[in-house]
Amino acid sequence: MPPSALRVSDLHKSYGDVKAVNGLSLEVRPGECFGLLGPNGAGKTTTIEICEGLTSADSGDVEVLGRRWASHAHELRQLLGIQLQDTQLSDKLTVAETLRLFRSFYREGPSEDEAIDMVQLREKRDARVGVLSGGQKQRLALACALVGRPQLLFLDEPTTGLDPQARRQLWELIREFKRAGRTIVLTTHYMDEAEVLCDRVAIVDHGRIITEGTPLELMASVEMPPKEPRAHAATLEDVFVALTGRHLRDD
Amino acid sequence: MTSRPFSRHPLVQLTLVRIREFMREPEAVFWATMFPIMLSTGLGLAFSARPEPVIAVAAAPALADQLRTEPGLDVRPLAPDAARTALRNGEVALVVEASDAGGVTFLYDDTNPEGRSARAAADRAIQRAAGRVDPVKTTTQKVQEPGSRYIDFLIPGLIGVGIMSNGVWGLGFSIVDTRRRKLTKLLMATPMSKLDYLLSYVIWRVILLPVEVVIPIAFGALAFGVPMRGSWMAVGVLTLLGSMMFSSIGILVGSRVRTIEAISGIINIVIMPMWIVSGVFFSAQRFPEFIQPIIRVLPLTLLIDALRAVELRGAPLGDQWLQMAAMGAWLVATFVAGLALFRWR
Repeated sequence: MPPSALRVSDLHKSYGDVKAVNGLSLEVRPGECFGLLGPNGAGKTTTIEICEGLTSADSGDVEVLGRRWASHAHELRQLLGIQLQDTQLSDKLTVAETLRLFRSFYREGPSEDEAIDMVQLREKRDARVGVLSGGQKQRLALACALVGRPQLLFLDEPTTGLDPQARRQLWELIREFKRAGRTIVLTTHYMDEAEVLCDRVAIVDHGRIITEGTPLELMASVEMPPKEPRAHAATLEDVFVALTGRHLRDD
Repeated sequence: MTSRPFSRHPLVQLTLVRIREFMREPEAVFWATMFPIMLSTGLGLAFSARPEPVIAVAAAPALADQLRTEPGLDVRPLAPDAARTALRNGEVALVVEASDAGGVTFLYDDTNPEGRSARAAADRAIQRAAGRVDPVKTTTQKVQEPGSRYIDFLIPGLIGVGIMSNGVWGLGFSIVDTRRRKLTKLLMATPMSKLDYLLSYVIWRVILLPVEVVIPIAFGALAFGVPMRGSWMAVGVLTLLGSMMFSSIGILVGSRVRTIEAISGIINIVIMPMWIVSGVFFSAQRFPEFIQPIIRVLPLTLLIDALRAVELRGAPLGDQWLQMAAMGAWLVATFVAGLALFRWR
């Protein structure tokens, strides 16, 4: 195992006049679950897609599992598991057919039935994707990211749009993979999700990291304003609001 | 690298996805299989069950009896004003009026073939009634052999147009829909090969090819006795090349587009001109001489011309080498361009 699973330094990426990523650096250690937190439009997705080799950076360096995209793209594809925001899998295929397709791309990994069991979709094995609920579809997307037995798993807003029960179910699955010693990088704009899942969190805004640490460290660092007495200790939500000076944006 | 069964090869799995997505869309299956049958039934009946054409003409009552000696004319005695109105409305192809000094005037649109032949027949009837005797005795032999009727002309055209429509629509639509759902991007995040992805579309069309070719030929043979004079082998080679060519064109038209609306418009722009000029429903020779060189090298014209030669005239495949080379050039050029332009996200 290389000393770091993912190392990003001084990353820049612009779309026209918009600086989506503006000098972002981070390091993810093997075996940890690292969370990129931030409002919509903060540059989380662009950053993660550059790390996934789907988008090229304007400048900066990205090292994934000790390899670089320019020289080891083919090898890296076999080692990563990727789940993207808003991908719609084919409605007309069944769960098992979808996983058999994704499994065929990888040299090794669990069989489609093992992957189905991992995400608890056994009863839906032969159901068409079109009839699955939002949570079930998201679990299938997770299974598609796992069929290559990845060393590093990228999850981009894995629970956005799910109901509370489905979110907790997905958290349970992600925690299980973490216990198996996998490295996970996830983006989210849910503070509670980061508190529950992540060993370390980086808060991103305007294309750079404004603070970084364990959820506990970050929450301890924020002093609650005296005028707003709270019944509980600071949450990551409080950290976020204190640092960015605003609530989550919807744009 | 562990060895895996053939069925677990990515190209096999991707092709299975194409077939499953198609078979689970009943409208698509219906369109691909029944459309050529419905079209050839309709057009075959419209153009084959008609005996001698009878052309409606209007004439002054005094001339009507003379014109009735021509069996090809349906004579309507009408007053001059009513007759001219009928001509304008297209109810009759010719108006025959008595003019001064015992003469006769013909009124018709000389761009209308029916008007021209009605004029010739009416002129003949009037001259005979006035005492003309034809100096040469002529006899007529009617030829209605399978192979030279409209339905015979039509079936190879429908096979070609079916391969074109199914190929360009099937691929263009499916490629853009996969991209719109951001599934292309997810596939690119896996180790899937781009070539496997595009080839799976081409192979899917080739697997469906026997259905697209055999249904119209068998239907034409059973319902209208359309002959198949060439070898099935030659038809197979030509349609295989045609199918791959139109799949490549489908990949190219879908290579960059992101929305269903845009791809529908682009496909119509690409295939509608060929529907009209490539000789599906009537001979491409009817278009002006100066555009003939362009028409002749269009993908659909190449395929249909070669298919007609083989199916109706029994021409050997070797005679079609020029068409085959041109189709091969379209296939390679559009595939290379499609691959180079393809938006993989």
